[in-house]
Amino acid sequence: MTAAIEVRSVSKQFKLYHEHYTSLKERFIHYGRIPYEPFMALEDVDFDVEQGSTVGILGHNGCGKSTLLKCVAGILQPTRGEIVTRGRMAALLELGAGFNHELTGRENVFMNASILGLSKRDTVKIFDEIVAFAELEKFIDMQVRHYSSGMYVRLGFAVAVNVEPDILLVDEVLSVGDEAFQRKCIERVKKFQQEGRTILVVTHAADLVRRICDRAIVLDHGKLVIDALPGEAVRVFRESLHGGELNESSEPGPAEIEPEAGAAPIAETATHRVRITNVLVEHPGLTERNWLLPDEPMTIRLGYHATERTDDILFGILIHDQDGNQLFGTNTRLLGIDVPPADGAGEMSFEFHRVPLLDGTYLVTLAIQSVDEGTVYDWREQQTSFEVMNPSQTSGLVSFPLDVKFVDPAQATQGTGPSPGTGA
Amino acid sequence: MSAPEIRVPRAPGKTTVVRPNMSARERFKRIVERRELLVGMVRNELKIKYKNSVLGFAWSLLNPLLYLVVFYIAFTLILGSGIPAFPIWLLSGLLVWNLFSTGLGAATGSVVANSGLVKKVSFPREILPIAAVGSMLVHFFLQSSVLFVVLAIVRWDVAWAYIPLIPLALIVLLLLTSALGILLSAINVYLRDTSHFLELALLAWFWMTPIVYQFQTVARKPGWSKWPWFANPVTPIVLVFQRSIYARLDNVHTVNGVRTVTPLLPHWPYWGFVAYLGYSLAFAVITLTLAVRVFGRSEANFAEEL
Repeated sequence: MTAAIEVRSVSKQFKLYHEHYTSLKERFIHYGRIPYEPFMALEDVDFDVEQGSTVGILGHNGCGKSTLLKCVAGILQPTRGEIVTRGRMAALLELGAGFNHELTGRENVFMNASILGLSKRDTVKIFDEIVAFAELEKFIDMQVRHYSSGMYVRLGFAVAVNVEPDILLVDEVLSVGDEAFQRKCIERVKKFQQEGRTILVVTHAADLVRRICDRAIVLDHGKLVIDALPGEAVRVFRESLHGGELNESSEPGPAEIEPEAGAAPIAETATHRVRITNVLVEHPGLTERNWLLPDEPMTIRLGYHATERTDDILFGILIHDQDGNQLFGTNTRLLGIDVPPADGAGEMSFEFHRVPLLDGTYLVTLAIQSVDEGTVYDWREQQTSFEVMNPSQTSGLVSFPLDVKFVDPAQATQGTGPSPGTGA
Repeated sequence: MSAPEIRVPRAPGKTTVVRPNMSARERFKRIVERRELLVGMVRNELKIKYKNSVLGFAWSLLNPLLYLVVFYIAFTLILGSGIPAFPIWLLSGLLVWNLFSTGLGAATGSVVANSGLVKKVSFPREILPIAAVGSMLVHFFLQSSVLFVVLAIVRWDVAWAYIPLIPLALIVLLLLTSALGILLSAINVYLRDTSHFLELALLAWFWMTPIVYQFQTVARKPGWSKWPWFANPVTPIVLVFQRSIYARLDNVHTVNGVRTVTPLLPHWPYWGFVAYLGYSLAFAVITLTLAVRVFGRSEANFAEEL
């Protein structure tokens, strides 16, 4: 298979002006002393996209992924390096496709198709299809300036996917429009994949990458970090995101305590009878990675200290996702577990046989209370977290235990249908 | 979930290369390949221009007519320029100039005006200034109808032998206008007040072109000061139009029995005009090559600057 897109050590430098002078007069006044900082939006990026494959470009905002896509699309020229593309290319960058607001939808469709390299005759042939796909039959002879943003995007997408491109470049477009239209877009993308077209998607939606991509690359500060299978790429992307946040934010948050870093002492904030002294999250792969695979076991160890003997005690745990939804919550009383009296230092653990989660970062709240929950000895609100990374292409949050079975077709046709009694 | 189904291998299509410093030759090739897009853009420009105006194309006829009236009053009635049939003289040069100046003005602003397109889709951006010149060419043809009507009414004798030079001169003018237009449209992205400077430059340029006065007035002046007039690449084009349409080389008139001859156009042989036009062509081609290079170099950052 040949490569549909070859990106050969592409670098792109921007000049960041502190003040940007755009008139000759100003340039003349400030001649020779216009300060700017060179900014490398892309540094030596090198990768291939095989014909017929779908590749995602992942990265957080400002990592250069849109710049890369614009270079591939030929809208920006790289400062160094070159990009070779084979076949007709249609690009959907950010919102819309550069429609002229003064022209009607119809005129814009012809204009856009012409820019994408279609002859007028060919455009006439696919025109009805475009309009039907965009669901704009009633508005096609209206000036585009009167379109809603949704209509605008729909028409842009409809043109791009109906001009029979060999290569489709998509920049976050799949995340706009109503749900029904989004589904339609994804379906069309899937159809493109079956037809052997090449797709390059820029996104920061890891889930989308997992769902539709064969491969993904991760960009971080203009550099290509990894070029791998989607699961692996998403993991690296998450890590770089996480790393970035750790370095940038100093505010206390769930990341403050590194649960995986060993028995990190927790600051003494309470003068209660029983205090949580340390928290530790353990899982089988602890030595080589600080995230869990789906369905791995996990143990949360909790060290505590009681200043005086305490019989009236329970231990509680809550697990939230990052949107604040509580996924799980229980305590020793609800579980009917006898808690030995606390006196001096002690240790207990919550041992999960398996964590049936697929993906994401989860926040753990730990509490030590009196049995009637009337007295809180210590409460650590979401100071511990753990992360689950999904290496597979299955999507979603929860890892449902699943077996897939097929009824033997020979037996199915004999009877009136699959029934439990006829099984082998 | 999205298991890679059986995918049909597709034949590899046309190869496109994006890289810095594409040669001028490659750029020309790209422009020629996309001529259908050029035609479409010219059509759209015209459509937009006349979409909201009742009189539509009639407006474009008013402009030369107004000029005609103003210059007729100023030069024939007040100054007494001594050019017989002044309206025909004026129109044969002015229409050409209008094509040049309006084309250049439209081309200069074209990239900035179409920033939405430039930021979103890839195509040879040179097509924008060229399309702007193209739409002004349509106006030129419409305005020319005014001249044709005048010629027909007064049964004016044109110099038929020189008429074949007109399309040639027109092509040279289009090349020249496109060349300067491409250059200025790129500069205008970085220096947005280019169009203001262009207006001033065009005003000076107009008066340095023998349109309202006769070429021979300048040509017969002694010294080197007339060389900028000769070097003006628009002059040969205007001369060809005047020679073929106005077609009167001298103004012969008798005042109080004395026969006076005022020269209007040069008494060159046919090839003299062709050679002078050749100079314009060379000027246009060199400028065009230079312009496409400059455009190509600055195009890399259009999408950021807009």
